[in-house]
Amino acid sequence: MRVLLVDDEAELVSTLAERLSFRGIEADWVTTGEEALKQVEKQRYEVAVLDVKIPRISGLALKRLLEEQDPQLKFIFLTGHGSEEDFMIGSAEAGEPYYLIKPVELNLLIEKLHEIIKGRGKGLP
Amino acid sequence: MNQWEMIARGGFQFFGKMTASVAHEIKNALAIINESAGLLEDFTLLAERGRPIDPERLKLLAQSVMKQVHRADGLVKNMNRFAHSADEPIKIIDLVETLELVVSLAQRLAAMREARLDLVMPDHPVMVATNLFLLENILWSCLDFLLAGNHKLVQLIPETTGEGARIRLVGQFGFPVDPAQAFPSEREKALLEALKGELEMEPQVGEMILSLQKNF
Repeated sequence: MRVLLVDDEAELVSTLAERLSFRGIEADWVTTGEEALKQVEKQRYEVAVLDVKIPRISGLALKRLLEEQDPQLKFIFLTGHGSEEDFMIGSAEAGEPYYLIKPVELNLLIEKLHEIIKGRGKGLP
Repeated sequence: MNQWEMIARGGFQFFGKMTASVAHEIKNALAIINESAGLLEDFTLLAERGRPIDPERLKLLAQSVMKQVHRADGLVKNMNRFAHSADEPIKIIDLVETLELVVSLAQRLAAMREARLDLVMPDHPVMVATNLFLLENILWSCLDFLLAGNHKLVQLIPETTGEGARIRLVGQFGFPVDPAQAFPSEREKALLEALKGELEMEPQVGEMILSLQKNF
């Protein structure tokens, strides 16, 4: 499995990528929407893990642009906003199984990655 | 809605926005600490299976954790300072200290718009008697408006004037005058009136000048 991590916190995504690699998941990381679009242009990914808020663009807007480049790409969203209201809004927009709140439990993220690849989840709109 | 109702309502929204922004930043710091601790655990497990641990990596991870703890501590301190802004209706303040706090609180807003805030330090302290919370509120609104443009840098310049003090917020280029998005809005006008302040807009050069009287 190959995933792309997108978050403006470089230390977070670089560490997460290394931890995923120890578990057999190839992960690349970028910190901006622009870099994400370039990366998806040159490399095929099965899942993109997006922060809901990155500079200049929302995670959901980036999702739409990435989907245009690769309609097969699937998505998981991460957010630092932990309020119940944020969670409800985010879940409704992104699909409940694929909206995770930071700090993320790694095993839960891996579980969701496998779930989304196997198409067992609810799927995204 | 009268002037004070407008100010109060906007003040609650402003306070909520600041709290949410700081909470978001703390969550990010915690997320990095969480991953760093997880990576340390991974290294330990790998070491148990015979893979040597690189001391340099351990050192970098420890540094990363310390950096994030320092970051979170700074965020909490700033939030605490901000929370006390409304303690007194009028107080004598050092504008540099106030602007340092506003810049810290607005870092995330600026980063989301890929911009940088630069506080230009004056030669002498710039003191003014004012309502600190309302001042922070109007400054935030001004920065929010300026940063909505594509400025990569916004300078904040506090200056002493004959009447009191002023803060110049200087972008890199002019901003469009759009009647549909009039700034200052009625709420900002109410804030300015309550502060007995004036806001001059210089759209051609992308500058806003907030003037305050020496004595409130």
